[in-house]
Amino acid sequence: MSIEQKDHILGFLEKGIRFDGRKLDEYRPITVERGFSENAEGSARVTIGDTEVLAGVKMSIMEPYSDTPDEGTMMINAELLPLSNPDFEPGPPGIQSIEIARVVDRGIRESKAIDTKKLCLKKGEKVWSITVDICPINDDGNLFDASALAVLAALQDAKFPSYDGTVIDYKKKTKESLPLKKLPVSCTVIKIGNHFIVDPTNEEEKKVDSRLTVEVEENGTLCALQKGGDKPLTAEDIDKMVGIGIEKSKELKKFL
Amino acid sequence: MGYTKRNDGRKFDETRPIEAKAGIIKRADGSAYFKMGKTVAYAAVYGPREIHPKFLQNPTKGKLRCYYNMMPFSSVGDRVRPGANRRAKEIAMVTEKALLPVVDLGKFPNSVIDVFIELPQTDAGTRCAGICAASIALADAGILMNDMVAAVSIGRVDDKLVVDLDYSEESYEGGTVADIPIAVISRTGEISLLQMDGNLSREDLKKAVEMAKKSCIKIDKIQRDALKNKYEVKK
Repeated sequence: MSIEQKDHILGFLEKGIRFDGRKLDEYRPITVERGFSENAEGSARVTIGDTEVLAGVKMSIMEPYSDTPDEGTMMINAELLPLSNPDFEPGPPGIQSIEIARVVDRGIRESKAIDTKKLCLKKGEKVWSITVDICPINDDGNLFDASALAVLAALQDAKFPSYDGTVIDYKKKTKESLPLKKLPVSCTVIKIGNHFIVDPTNEEEKKVDSRLTVEVEENGTLCALQKGGDKPLTAEDIDKMVGIGIEKSKELKKFL
Repeated sequence: MGYTKRNDGRKFDETRPIEAKAGIIKRADGSAYFKMGKTVAYAAVYGPREIHPKFLQNPTKGKLRCYYNMMPFSSVGDRVRPGANRRAKEIAMVTEKALLPVVDLGKFPNSVIDVFIELPQTDAGTRCAGICAASIALADAGILMNDMVAAVSIGRVDDKLVVDLDYSEESYEGGTVADIPIAVISRTGEISLLQMDGNLSREDLKKAVEMAKKSCIKIDKIQRDALKNKYEVKK
């Protein structure tokens, strides 16, 4: 991005407006569509403005890890598809996709959103393993929040396939949903100059000084934080950003 | 006995319901959505843009580069491991060859046109759906083309030739099956993709190609309508 354009964004922010006319703390319109896929055990399509993310849940049965013999497992993976952004390249996941996957994973894991004990079929031998994959279709910024929302909606949508004790019949879905106890919501707050904004577009993301992803449980407790961007934050900044995150997460929660 | 009735009740020369849209991925220079029954393909085109590393640059013409990828949750049963496996690489290559004859690369020296094909849901016929989507996306990107490409998979299930195999037919157990993906250049009727696995008589292959050409006329219309839909001035 050219320096002129950066100055231009800053000039706008000074006046309290953004290129697309939004307020600084305003999200673009959000849609959540569950069950777009017939083959995945659970799925969701989330759009935030022009950003569009798919998430799909696959389930299988595996041996539990030896340190948690009576708990199922969960894995979250993100593939930043080169179809969604001219800057993404094909190949093994880069650091950006790893970060998105791990931050979303952390929110769900740390809030204990899934009751993993209920995923145990036979202690020490068989547990359900849940994998959620994140695939952006169009990246117009804020993949963090869109991905987190899509993953949770897909988990809510998921139904166990039928299992008779020896084989899984993926073509027959049962009516049983995943043991979801909590719904942690992710809100990413961006600092540009002295301004705090939420839900950055791709254009704005290029101008970010620092970024703080705040994952919040329903009661307002934080369950994960991740700072990004090249510039440091003051303690005051952090407090303000967390405050914005908690406030905004209430709006996002309505989509779950 | 033989295969007397198709599993989903279609006629033997009938494709699954098709839906096509152009320009659905805003960041891309051109894009498309193509759905054939339960098989869904997205395609995005980026470019022409500079090709890296530099030694790949060709001052006389540009390069068309295709990628094919199934999303991890796209199939029934096991998760598809992400990353390009040998199958995906081969499909990407034949997709490239299927599209190459219609793209005028002489106009884009030193450049690359990247075509990304992603499948969020699969039920056989993915490479054909991918090619159909890619052709719309290339046109949507304003790439200089002298024609469009449509593709469909013809199958032989037991004793019958059928258009647009789905997975239940591809894995038919009552007899032998052949799967023949075919891409057709729309105005000339030339074939730019032909593959086959299974076994097939020479006679049947001839018939299969004719069936593909017939179906592709219909598919071509749907592809063009998708483009018109985006670009036509609405009154």
